Amino acid sequence: MQATSRAFKANAHRALGNPELQRAMGMMRTGFPERRAVAIARLPEFEALRDDGIAIKNHVLAHLDFYLETFEKNVIAQGGKVHWCRTAQEARETVLALCREHGARTVTKGKSMIGEEIAINEFLEANAITPVETDLGEYIVQIRHETPSHIIAPAVHLVKEQVAESFRAAHRDLPHDRALDEARVLCDEARSVLRRQFLAADVGITGANFLVAETGSSIIVTNEGNGDLTQTLPKAHIVLASLEKIVPTLEDATTLLRLLARSATGQEFSTYTTVSTGPRRAADPDGPAAYHVVLLDNGRSALLGGEFQDMLRCIRCAACLNHCPVYGAVGGHAYGWVYSGPMGAVLTPTLIGIEEAGQLPNASTFCGRCESVCPMRIPLPKMMRQWREREFAKKLSPKAQRWGLALWAYVAKRPTLYRAASAAASRVLGFMGGARGRFRSLPLASGWTDMRDMPAPEGKSFMTLWAERRKPAPRQAATP
Amino acid sequence: MSDPRDQILGSIRAGLGRGRLGGTESEALEARLAAHRRNRVPARAAALDHAGQVALFIAMAQEVDATVARVAAAAAVPGAVADYLSGQNLPARLVMAPDPQLDDIPWNERPLLDIRKGIAADDDAAGLTGCFAAIAETGTLMLLSGPESPTRNNFLPDTHVVVLRASQVVAAYEDGWDRLRLRGTMPRTVNFITGPSRTGDIEQRLVLGAHGPRRLHIVLVEDA
Repeated sequence: MQATSRAFKANAHRALGNPELQRAMGMMRTGFPERRAVAIARLPEFEALRDDGIAIKNHVLAHLDFYLETFEKNVIAQGGKVHWCRTAQEARETVLALCREHGARTVTKGKSMIGEEIAINEFLEANAITPVETDLGEYIVQIRHETPSHIIAPAVHLVKEQVAESFRAAHRDLPHDRALDEARVLCDEARSVLRRQFLAADVGITGANFLVAETGSSIIVTNEGNGDLTQTLPKAHIVLASLEKIVPTLEDATTLLRLLARSATGQEFSTYTTVSTGPRRAADPDGPAAYHVVLLDNGRSALLGGEFQDMLRCIRCAACLNHCPVYGAVGGHAYGWVYSGPMGAVLTPTLIGIEEAGQLPNASTFCGRCESVCPMRIPLPKMMRQWREREFAKKLSPKAQRWGLALWAYVAKRPTLYRAASAAASRVLGFMGGARGRFRSLPLASGWTDMRDMPAPEGKSFMTLWAERRKPAPRQAATP
Repeated sequence: MSDPRDQILGSIRAGLGRGRLGGTESEALEARLAAHRRNRVPARAAALDHAGQVALFIAMAQEVDATVARVAAAAAVPGAVADYLSGQNLPARLVMAPDPQLDDIPWNERPLLDIRKGIAADDDAAGLTGCFAAIAETGTLMLLSGPESPTRNNFLPDTHVVVLRASQVVAAYEDGWDRLRLRGTMPRTVNFITGPSRTGDIEQRLVLGAHGPRRLHIVLVEDA
């Protein structure tokens, strides 16, 4: 997909003026955080489980080569195959070759962010294979020719009237004047349309929440059951996974599963957690005859040993999106690429470059909620700051900002000059603010004053007050 | 450099600042894998006796919209299934997984229950399966694929009825893994099922029956 991350500011501006998006985001901002808080309050071990989960992920990253080789060995032992892909292009070509090998015309898909990352749908379509998204949210964005705006709730930016309109446009064999005013009715319609696709598909593609080295298994979690029909009914099951999804054992996966649903949707456990190991066995009456894991690097191995390594602990729960004031205000599409919210602001520059995605780590208030709710305690604000530093070092940030910072740094490094300058500035601004004590406009700061008044400095500065306090106390107060 | 596999592994090792792991280090990791060491298991279910675990399982399953009927013996299962279907205004017709676990149930005593044994088809409105274990911690059923338990039977029918024995209820997922390892090989699919299918994808409004079953009914047979 063509990234529009460079246009974040314009995208965000448009998003703020979009009433339907604002209505949808209003529902999102309250729903997810409340449910998460309830689920976590019910599990006294939650904080300790976070630490256990972090230890597992750090252990895996330190031995990633060993666990990936072990995983591959066990997939092969179970009759499956692992396809190592360095880039999105290699992954796309591998998937296409596998689809052709299995004579696929229609491919059903479970939700996969790696599928979005490698833009597999466009590629299959261009090669005369029809991909059908089966997760309800993914299906809705697919028929609207949009991309997911949230990593676990792809259609969270839409209200039901928009979904109804899209269903009328896409399902032309149904009576046009049918009632489509409830989520229940919309869901039933999608269910019956997609059931035909499940039964017709030649290949099923799913993502993976975890890969288990011990058994060579892939694990997905869904609430709808679409991932299960996707991988059970067709002749072949293709798993798209990035290499940091690996965990050593089923027990390790279990610890992370206890964190995932609670952090994501506030559920105790997702409705369906499915562990898939190889193709169907000889005596099995159903299941896919072939099992392929497309293992994608796409720049991740290069993060090891660097300042962004911790990002590879991410389990894609979306808690950071759900609690982010910026994401909650503008939605996922403003970020301009696959991943959004705080995790997207850190991950996107690693995948498409800071030149392209530099706006994203700047779109943060640094309130720190993302890090505080991240089950893997990924220091997202710190990493956004690191990206800002790199952007500054590469001279990618706006000129006015860099010159302003350089001037400020020059003054700040000279305390006497700094105090004199700030005292003078505060006196001048205080005088100019006058009786109102506020500014309606300021030169060079219209970005601030367009939306609100700037308060004028009042009274003495902190340094002056501090100096006064440190003077000997007045005599009358000195002794009781 | 040669193929993608070697390049990816090489890049990982370069990032980690080391070469391929030596004998002792990889032996330690092999030992970690073989030990199947449990991480922290929440006390919620593990601290209860078996009767308490069964009660917790029922409460947790009901919380996620499953329904549960407790019966005293296998002989009471057909009646409980027939009652459930009629209570939901559903036809007394079922596709039943060819699971030997279900053979001790006297299905013939309920001749009005129309049962077809085999693999589910798209037009099967209701299906009945056994299961492998049930996890008290979250009210979760654990089902394995195999010759007697086609995976699609858990997903295609609109109504899924599961016969569960009280002795199959365990505290935590880890207990399920232990039982699975005792049984032997990994099946193609392990399905953990926690309530009926659902979605919140439209305005976060909960709707049951997205693609899998709209109803999940558990008939819990005392056998301890």
